[in-house]
Amino acid sequence: MGPILEVKDLKKYYREVKAVDGISFAIEPGTCFGLLGPNGAGKTTAIEVIEGILHPTAGEINYKGRRRGQSFKNEVGIQFQNTELPQFLTVKETLITFRNLYDRRADLDYLVETCRLEEILGRDNHKISGGQKQRLLLAMALANDPDLIFLDEPTTGLDPQARRHLWDIVNQIKSMKKTMVLTTHYMEEAELLCDIIGIIDYGKIIVMGSPQVLLKEHGGGATITIRAELSDSILRNFPCRWSRKHDRIEIQTDSPNECISRMVQQGVDLSTMNVHAHNLEDLFLKLTGHDLRA
Amino acid sequence: MRTIKRVLILFKARNLEFLRDRSAFGWNILFPLLVIVGFSMVFGDERHDEYKVGIVGPYASSKLPAEEQLSKFREIKYIAFISFASEKDALDKLLHHKIDLVINPAKGEFWSSKTSPKGYIAEQLLKGSAAIFKTPLKKESIQGVEIPYLEWLFPGILGMNIMFSALFGVGYVVVTYRKNGVLKRMSVTPLRPWEFLTAQIMSRMFLLLLTTGIVFIGCMLLYGFRVRGSYLSLLLVFFLGAFSMISLALVVASRSSSEEFAGGILNLISWPMMFLSEVWFSLEGARPWVQKISLLFPLTQMVDAARQIMNDGAGLREIQPQIFILLLMSALFLSLGSLLFKWQKG
Repeated sequence: MGPILEVKDLKKYYREVKAVDGISFAIEPGTCFGLLGPNGAGKTTAIEVIEGILHPTAGEINYKGRRRGQSFKNEVGIQFQNTELPQFLTVKETLITFRNLYDRRADLDYLVETCRLEEILGRDNHKISGGQKQRLLLAMALANDPDLIFLDEPTTGLDPQARRHLWDIVNQIKSMKKTMVLTTHYMEEAELLCDIIGIIDYGKIIVMGSPQVLLKEHGGGATITIRAELSDSILRNFPCRWSRKHDRIEIQTDSPNECISRMVQQGVDLSTMNVHAHNLEDLFLKLTGHDLRA
Repeated sequence: MRTIKRVLILFKARNLEFLRDRSAFGWNILFPLLVIVGFSMVFGDERHDEYKVGIVGPYASSKLPAEEQLSKFREIKYIAFISFASEKDALDKLLHHKIDLVINPAKGEFWSSKTSPKGYIAEQLLKGSAAIFKTPLKKESIQGVEIPYLEWLFPGILGMNIMFSALFGVGYVVVTYRKNGVLKRMSVTPLRPWEFLTAQIMSRMFLLLLTTGIVFIGCMLLYGFRVRGSYLSLLLVFFLGAFSMISLALVVASRSSSEEFAGGILNLISWPMMFLSEVWFSLEGARPWVQKISLLFPLTQMVDAARQIMNDGAGLREIQPQIFILLLMSALFLSLGSLLFKWQKG
């Protein structure tokens, strides 16, 4: 079976901005593809071109091996980053309304149960919390029992509890072998939910692969920080890269065990030591830079 | 079949939104009722006075020098006579245009404002009253049925309410949907633009006819207005008028995502229509170009046809031109609105 979605050299240029500048990837059925990037990197533009909301400047988008046709809208589910809900309708009425716009429809009870909407079904759209709204938007994205689901920063603005709640639901959908495209700038979210990750910056995909492979290829190792006075004689023969930062020593290493053994041998007080294994966030910062971007 | 289902589900959703928005629903019914009630209080009896005349001293006394002339003046309708204890008080009111004329019968003197048109007319009425009554003219009675002012006004108020509800109820709502992303969300479903627009038109037509029906029946019961023509013809006129104005609203709402901009355009359309479509006053005697412009407004056509049916008992044949123009306008606006329509902003 070929990829469910294939994007080839996709470009979206505005007058002075290259929002998407030649990205390519293919997604196999049943996988969750994560598009990561800082704000303004081109994630939402890329996903909206693929969804058919924006017209591409150039490139090719194939769904199930063909150009997107009439069936595309019926077979994909979309959750936008920011969408208001119709006024004066209840959660149930909103869900029924959107569900009935499709030719193919998921079972209503299944949607309610999957997205945990039981308790708010009769509530007005404007009287639900941010987490509840995101769950409703997710249910709306699943209303047509889609083969491919686009989730554009589904947990942005949610508190940690609501975020984890939504992750559980996404994981549940994933377990049903649904294909997903997810954009996020939360590394923890990407690491937890995505099988394949593409890091995008300035409209280009910089690296792509599974989180494990990316960490192995571009990152790995750990950072050891310790608040202790280490003499120059100890540090001089240290087997790892180190630097002084304010009142602490920061050690970058691919073999933390060896470093710690050496410090134990030298009689260093390890009570203030902290070991941080490099994760996707470190990789992300390393690849996209540390500058804050609007 | 799927198309019908999609249109009906949006029709239902929009109706629920409107009916639950109590302020909007209430105002659509309350506004025309309040106008009619207000006007009935102002014009409903003989107490409507156009001119106010201050009388200094006792209200009437045959001993006063000017009383003989004044008694003729008092017989003129639509003049209110207000008694003042002192000349100073009366003149003070005149200076502030609270009254139009002051007469002191004891002195045989009167005052009027040089700058007030109403004061000038009141003065001429005072001067002419003696002459008129010395050589009375024979009064001829009006032939035919005289339409009470409120009955003449009523179709105009209904038309105006339909216009505001159609323009703002559709135009503003669609723009808001576009601004807050509801339209964008709908655009990624199999829903087609014309299905969405059809649902909006159907919903607003239904709600307009419902609210107009409630106001219509309420006013008929309260004031006993009569429809001299056919109710079905009247329904057809209101239907076509509402349809043409909803279509006009769709043109305004076809692309904009700014509520302020759309609101401005809708006001720009609705206010001239309200004043130049003979809702409140006749354009008889107005400049020809003003009369010609007013014919371009769907409200003019609707109100004119509705008045012919309600006040004159006209049938479909007499209002054929208005029906044709409303149909033409609807087709034009609807085509333009559909062609220009965009789901999203930008």
